[in-house]
Amino acid sequence: MGLGGVALADMLATDVHALEAPGNPLLPKLPPFAAKAKRVIYLHLTGSPPHLDMWDHKPELVKRDGQECPDEYIKGKKFAFTSGTPKLMGSPRKFAQYGKNGIWMSDAIPHLHEVADDLCVINSMTTDHFNHAPAELFVHTGFQQPGRPTFGAWTTYGLGSENQNLPGYVVLISSGVQPNGGKSSFGSGFIPSVYQGVQCRSKGDPVLYVTDPPGMNRSLRRSSLDALRDLNEAASKEFAHPETLTRMAQYELAFRMQMSVPEVMDISKESPKTLEAYGAQPGASSFANNCLLARRLAEDGVRFVQLFDWGWDFHGTNPKEDIRDGLTTKCATMDKPVAALIKDLKERGLLDDTLIILGGEFGRTPFREGRTSKGKVLGRDHFPDCYTMLMAGGGVKGGYTHGASDDLGFSVARDKVHVHDLQATWMHLLGFDHEKLTYRFQGRDYRLTDVHGKVVKDLLM
Amino acid sequence: MILRSFFVLFLFLPAARAKVSFNDDIRPLLSNSCYRCHGPDEEDRKGKLRLDTREGALHERKGFAAIVPNNLEDSELIFRIVTDDEDEAMPPPGKGDRFTKEQIELFKQWIKEGANYEVHWSYEKPVRPEVPVVASPQWKVSNAIDAFIYDRLKKEGLTPSEGTDRYTLIRRVSLDLTGLPPTVEEVEAFVADKRLDAYARLVDRLLAKPAFGEHWTRGWLDLARYADSAGYADDPERTIWAYRDWVIRAFNANMPFDQFTIEQIAGDLLETPTEDQLIATAFHRNTKTNNEGGTSDEEFRNAAVVDRVNTTMATWMGTTAACAQCHTHKYDPITHEEYFQMFAIFNQSEDADRRNEAPIIQVVGQENAKHRAELEAMIAALEKETLVLKNHDPDVLEKWESDLKASAGTWQVLEPTKMTASSGATFKMGSDSSILMSGKTAATDDYTIIAASKLKNITALKIEALAYDEFGSGGPGRTGNFVINEIELSAGKTKASFSNATSTYDQSSFEAFAAIDGNAGQDSGWAVGGALGQDHHIVLELDEPLAGSELSLKLLQRYPNHALGRFRISVADSAGASVALSAAIIDILKKDSSKRSAAEKASLTSLYANSNSEATAHIKKINDLKKQLVALKPLTSVPVMRDLPEAKHRKTHIQLRGSYLSLGEEVSAGIPKIFGDLTEGIDRDRLAMAKWLVRKDNPLTARVVANRFWESLFGVGIVLTSEEFGSQGERPSHPELLDWLAIEFMEGEWDVKRFLKILVMSSAYQQSSHVSDEMAARDPDNRLVARGPRIRLTAEMIRDQALAVSGLLSSKMHGAPVRPPQPNLGLKAAFGGGTDWKTSAGEDKFRRGIYTSWRRSSPYPSMATFGAPNREVCTVRRGTTNTPLQALVTLNDPVYIEAAQALARRMMGEGGATTGERLEYGFRLCLSRKPNRPEAARLLALFGEAHSTYAADSELAKQMATIPIGPVPSGADVVDLATLTVIGNIMLNLDEVLMKR
Repeated sequence: MGLGGVALADMLATDVHALEAPGNPLLPKLPPFAAKAKRVIYLHLTGSPPHLDMWDHKPELVKRDGQECPDEYIKGKKFAFTSGTPKLMGSPRKFAQYGKNGIWMSDAIPHLHEVADDLCVINSMTTDHFNHAPAELFVHTGFQQPGRPTFGAWTTYGLGSENQNLPGYVVLISSGVQPNGGKSSFGSGFIPSVYQGVQCRSKGDPVLYVTDPPGMNRSLRRSSLDALRDLNEAASKEFAHPETLTRMAQYELAFRMQMSVPEVMDISKESPKTLEAYGAQPGASSFANNCLLARRLAEDGVRFVQLFDWGWDFHGTNPKEDIRDGLTTKCATMDKPVAALIKDLKERGLLDDTLIILGGEFGRTPFREGRTSKGKVLGRDHFPDCYTMLMAGGGVKGGYTHGASDDLGFSVARDKVHVHDLQATWMHLLGFDHEKLTYRFQGRDYRLTDVHGKVVKDLLM
Repeated sequence: MILRSFFVLFLFLPAARAKVSFNDDIRPLLSNSCYRCHGPDEEDRKGKLRLDTREGALHERKGFAAIVPNNLEDSELIFRIVTDDEDEAMPPPGKGDRFTKEQIELFKQWIKEGANYEVHWSYEKPVRPEVPVVASPQWKVSNAIDAFIYDRLKKEGLTPSEGTDRYTLIRRVSLDLTGLPPTVEEVEAFVADKRLDAYARLVDRLLAKPAFGEHWTRGWLDLARYADSAGYADDPERTIWAYRDWVIRAFNANMPFDQFTIEQIAGDLLETPTEDQLIATAFHRNTKTNNEGGTSDEEFRNAAVVDRVNTTMATWMGTTAACAQCHTHKYDPITHEEYFQMFAIFNQSEDADRRNEAPIIQVVGQENAKHRAELEAMIAALEKETLVLKNHDPDVLEKWESDLKASAGTWQVLEPTKMTASSGATFKMGSDSSILMSGKTAATDDYTIIAASKLKNITALKIEALAYDEFGSGGPGRTGNFVINEIELSAGKTKASFSNATSTYDQSSFEAFAAIDGNAGQDSGWAVGGALGQDHHIVLELDEPLAGSELSLKLLQRYPNHALGRFRISVADSAGASVALSAAIIDILKKDSSKRSAAEKASLTSLYANSNSEATAHIKKINDLKKQLVALKPLTSVPVMRDLPEAKHRKTHIQLRGSYLSLGEEVSAGIPKIFGDLTEGIDRDRLAMAKWLVRKDNPLTARVVANRFWESLFGVGIVLTSEEFGSQGERPSHPELLDWLAIEFMEGEWDVKRFLKILVMSSAYQQSSHVSDEMAARDPDNRLVARGPRIRLTAEMIRDQALAVSGLLSSKMHGAPVRPPQPNLGLKAAFGGGTDWKTSAGEDKFRRGIYTSWRRSSPYPSMATFGAPNREVCTVRRGTTNTPLQALVTLNDPVYIEAAQALARRMMGEGGATTGERLEYGFRLCLSRKPNRPEAARLLALFGEAHSTYAADSELAKQMATIPIGPVPSGADVVDLATLTVIGNIMLNLDEVLMKR
């Protein structure tokens, strides 16, 4: 059948016969291989942070700061907002090594220094796309056009979720802007929509329509759902439709979700110490709050938590996008909560089986962006050829730097990791052969890694 | 899906078989396990062996052949699939499961029987099969469908179900044909209709409803990936709803499907296409446009062309061509080169991922078109009369001439007090009161001039455009020619209206009238090209005399770089001055009439014909009509397909690995060989492709479309994988029936309504959907059609039904997309505007789902929850999974609460006096049937519980009864209304309501 045993087992339980299946398609499932990671927290910095000012230290680039970019590096290449010959730009930030293995980090991210030994830094990432929407879809779905399932959808499709009273794949968005790919960046593409990401919010309905309407109290809701159940049950006997039972189960789940979702989304019960560690404030809608929520959700058995934070597109078109003060300000909203999240999960014994992923959709150029180069603000253009992604927990090596860029940061010098390779590795960490977790659509077996991808063994513990 | 195929195999394979069929038995095995490495794709082919053709399988290499017909011993294939030797076993370890014993036996029997290959079933032209003659004493065979279904059931040892009751039937067929449930009155009428053809009459009524087109358009728009936004990161709004309306009208007018196809794929290439035929081509302008900064337009233009190829193949041919974009198809005979031959057909359209979506057309609309034709006819008639008016009387001419002489010098030159130009240009007034422009320039430039006038009754305005040596070509424009697109004059708050404009010279197509026609577009104005370097003037006659000491004059100049350079303004209060007199005419007037040449006399006569009082009144009439014509606003605009001129045609190359940057050999336009060829002797363009799609020998289109219609009514297609008819798709459950339907559809002149009527008139469709435990286990998906259909309603149907039964639904059709209530999320699209919207007012809040604004990056949340796609790509089949989030929508979404509240008010107002009657009425509205006794009792019990809760808490009751719908009607009891709202809410959530059964 061209399908792995896992996919088949899933389909037995979920796809077509979801209606007949007892319970629902999100019931927890075991992966085919023993796996370290049981859940994922994916922190996407939308727009793509300037990796050369945060993680990938390039002293040679600093030396040659301001020189014209040698032709050999840019010949025949296209950049989003730069034409002609741009000028090399060394990082104005201070770099030092942290942790027992000396992970390079800049002064933009002081809190992450403290968790250096938990970080797995890949300095040899490469992607195929240099525009935001295609690159973002590429890293989440393995394909640059909308329409395919995301990593989160594949994960819940393969593993279900541990807590049926919460969505299995939760999406939290900060800084007021959707991801570049819109809902497709947390969609389920052609696999059933039960696997798509559910957006949760700290203002208004925490999940759309989860709150009872005005005039409805809990006991009345309960008794009306009882009536609904009785009527449905009678009808299912009268008309002999066994599938009706499944719908009744969904209404019961919905009823429970109405209580558990607001509960998990309410961070006010966290201790002041925890709130302070994350920099979280009850009622706000911030990346810090979302990091804390990610921990709460992971703790409650949500399989996949996806964060998107807007504002990392450091072109230099305004002072917020300056790699000096602008970056310091933006990093302050990310660095502290991410470090807190790692420590918090560790303290609770959850880091070992929670895979954390941090990064953008591509990197940023080693040269100053052409369009803004006459201004005072220092910015960098989009760069797909070589950049940095971070991981932690969930079976990846901590305190480890993988691969390297060349002296000026233009290309991968060692141990290239293509986006599809990283995705293959993610699937491996969750206990799947990325070539076998497939879904047949339009006569073809699709998978997260399209027709590519190799597990990067060096990243594994 | 896979589980289904197990079932199908299990269910449909008789234990002992007479002869092995390649298509039924062998091809699926080869396709699934072998073709990846031994299939059509040359590049990935292992050991140079291909098994998808008989020639390849029999080909001998190094003394071995995979298959030697009638010879198991020498057939290497048998050895390989049997052996345990890991080095030799096929499929090799890790590349797929080994064949089962039964499957190996099939291979053996097939080889023994000669190893015959067959063309894949769907690539062979359908032929009309013989309809089985069946004797079914218990069951009415209404048409051929029933004969095929019954024949098959009998072979399986099964019997069909009895016909369903009329209540269920009318709800089923109403939902299926119009997407809406029947009204209580319609149910009563149908149940009471004792005529033999009552059902046929009902079907005809439903097919004739406007709601029919709205319902069937929904499915088509999924295929067309129609949305009201352009896609990608910023996902800006896109105006393309004229296309949606075109589809609705086409369905309602029962446009034959072949015409429907041709107009959408190539309406623009038809001879003198109508506006509607151009709108139809927007089918392929529903591709996404990437406006993100720094993106390559060529990259995303290519992506759009790829999408057009894939969507065309999916929609009409049920074939996934996408694989062949990167390499020769692994399973189906579509090569990499052939893919780009199809690409070449779509590669000539003008659109190129532009932000403005060009090319677009302005849509006049049918009403406007009618009005326009009337105006044009009236103008033509009046212009004919003008010719008659030119016959003049010499005495009158003489009188006119003397009046003219007297008035020629009565112009008062204005001396401006304030002048501004939108470009920031500088004005300088000369001693002759002429104004000279200098300094800054801009592409377009509007002048505003303020001047005082002593005249009390201004009846005419004169603008002299004066030559000036230092301008290009000597002026009067700053760079030679100028275009005045519109002239506006006002005194205080009174704006002058002009009745006529004459000039000393008009450039062709830039006549004086265009400066007062109300259209300030760059191509509508007065210009003097062809007579540069000379003085000219234009005289405007006012409708009503204008009084006022301070005049404000505006000259709008919107034609790029065509601004006036030197000019002078005058006004007059004498009626005689209302005509422009050129220097030449003034010279003629000065001459004694006897000394004038014939040509000079003719000039004067011509001027007279246009400026005597009778003529000016007449011209004013014409000008008024012309203004009305200009004022007719287009209804909307729509992007269309338009091909580049031949000289600019693009070359198409094979794109290596599907990348538009790595080009292989050049290819010419064409279609895959397996499907034959485009018709000879015509251009190999979109029109040729469209005609080929609906040619009678096209093996796929009619089958694919017939199957989709079937799927929509029966819940599952005869080919289950309605999106895939190739070798990776499912075999049809009833191959002969599918062919019969395909032929019937084509030979019925592609008549869609006729075809749907055949389907719903079958007894198979009208069966009861009750299912026994045994049958539920044996045929869970009802592929054998031993019972009636039972499927969940689509997202749009669930919404429309709630609005319909509660009486909120608006029947307004067509027009711009509407915005029903949705929660505010406070989010923006990436690089784009907010995703929240302002809810539409009035009935637009309650329109059918088909009119809801469809934004790709954030589709309407409640419909998305019920599986509505975001329409980024062509969707053939929607998912029907059930989730708890769906329950939250129908329980809590304010849209559904409002529907429950309206339903409560209906129960109270129309249902009767007692609670029992009211509950029964609500039930009938929602389910088209009466509740049985236990149902009525259970509802009454809930009523009692809720009633006591609300009776004890009037604030709670008030909230439930009024938020969001608004205050309770006077005299209504709040507690009763709140209680009935809870009941309504539960009714709208009943499984039976959410399903068609």
